[in-house]
Order: sequence, then C-alpha cells, then structure tokens
Amino acid sequence: MREILFWAFAGVGVVSALLCVTRRSAVASALWLVLTMCALAGEFLLFDAQFLAIIQVLVYAGAIMVLFLFVIMLLNLGRGGPSDLRGWFGRAVAVLLAGGIGVQLWALVRAVRGAGGFAGETAAYPLPTGELARMEQTRGAVGMVADPLLRQYLVPFEITSVLLLAAIVGAVVLAKRKI
Amino acid sequence: MLLGPALGVSALLFVIGVGGVLLRRNAIVIFMCVELMLNAVNLTFVSLAQQLGPDGQVIVFFVMAVAAAEAAVGLAIILAVYRHKESVNLQDINLLRG
Repeated sequence: MREILFWAFAGVGVVSALLCVTRRSAVASALWLVLTMCALAGEFLLFDAQFLAIIQVLVYAGAIMVLFLFVIMLLNLGRGGPSDLRGWFGRAVAVLLAGGIGVQLWALVRAVRGAGGFAGETAAYPLPTGELARMEQTRGAVGMVADPLLRQYLVPFEITSVLLLAAIVGAVVLAKRKI
Repeated sequence: MLLGPALGVSALLFVIGVGGVLLRRNAIVIFMCVELMLNAVNLTFVSLAQQLGPDGQVIVFFVMAVAAAEAAVGLAIILAVYRHKESVNLQDINLLRG
C-alpha cells in the first residue's frame, strides 16, 4: 500500500513538474507547480513527516504560490504570449547541462543504494525501521521536530527570524514606487 | 525501503527544475523552477530523515523559511524591473544600469 501511494504521488509530482516547465502561460505553470507541491506533501506523509506535510501545503502551496499568482496577475501576464522557450541552441545547452546534472545525481543515488549505505542494516548509524514513527507516537508530530529545533538548532532558528525581517524590509523597499 | 526511489524521484524533480531554469525566458517561471528545485531537495532531506533521525526535518524548516524570504524579495525585484522595462522576459533585461 505504501509503495503504491509512493509511486502514485511520485508520478503526479513528476508529470505536473514537467507540465509546469513546458506550459506557455505563467498561470498554468503556477497551478501545475501547486499540484507538484501537494504531491510532495503526500510523499512527506509517507516518510513520517506529518507536520512538514501540513506546513508544505500551508506555506508552499498556500502562501508562496499565492504570492506568485498575485504577481502574475498584477503584471497581467496571464495570457500565454508567444512561446518564451529558448531557441535550438539554448535548448541544446539546457538539455546538455540538465542531463549532466541528472547523470551525476543518478550516480550518487546508485552509489548510496549499491553500498547499502543508508538502506541496509549493515551500516552502523541508521535508525531501526519504524523508529521515527515510534518517536512520532511518543513525542507527537510537532514535538519530534520542535525539540531539536529549539535545542540543537536554536541559533540558526533565531538567525532565521532576522532573515525574515530583512526580507520583509527588503520587499517593502523594493516594491515601493519611489525609492 | 523507499529511500532509493525517493532519492531518484527527488533527483528527477531537481533535473526538471534545472531544465526549466535553462529553458525558459520568463523570469517568473524561472523563479518557480527554482522553487521546484528547493522542493526536490526537501524530499531528499525528508526521506533521509527517516533513516538518520529528525534533524533532516528541521533542515527542511530552514529551507522553507529561506524559500519564503527569497520569494518575497525576488518577486519584489521582478515587480521593480517590470515597472522599469514593461517586460519580464530575460532577453529584454540585459543592462545593469537603467
């Protein structure tokens, strides 16, 4: 059952990502990207990250994509004009570079699987199967993430708040009509 | 074990995002492809967190915070450029000065 769901979400995510990249209209691209993000939220559920799945839908599919749609409609780019895909040379370069990165990533994935790195019981440090789900049972979906976030990662957490403040100020200043 | 397939799927999504960035000329769509790449990396973190402990999920939070900040500032920049050039096509945006 878990595998079926995994491959279903993966298929939806990859197909809608491809559609997002190839659609001419920016609004269509944004809506396909929302579908990709919802599919990824489903994948997060399968990997015992319930809280992150909810946050993914709220923040990514909700807030960030609404911001994108808002800007697209503000700039009146909804109609797909002439195609904005690059010419044949640009396409060849794009396919070549993306393919190169793909081959490298694929080799990495193969290496991890081949060595039994994280997948097998032979490695010393992986958690036993189902350990994360047990942690979630005892500490709760939020507690499991909040505990390391507010102890081990407290300083990065505080720096994030400064980053968000800087982003707010920057966005307001940039979007003002007259600087 | 779904770790291997999850890493494969996230690699595929990342490559699609890279292809989108290189293939499109619309600045907003390129921006969305960057978000797609960030999402693909998040899937890697979450799937490895199942094997290596919840720290990976914490990192995903930071990635999301950075993505939100980046989206706000980046879209503000696109708005400012559009006011100046009346276009979001990268071919028309080729000068550092106004």
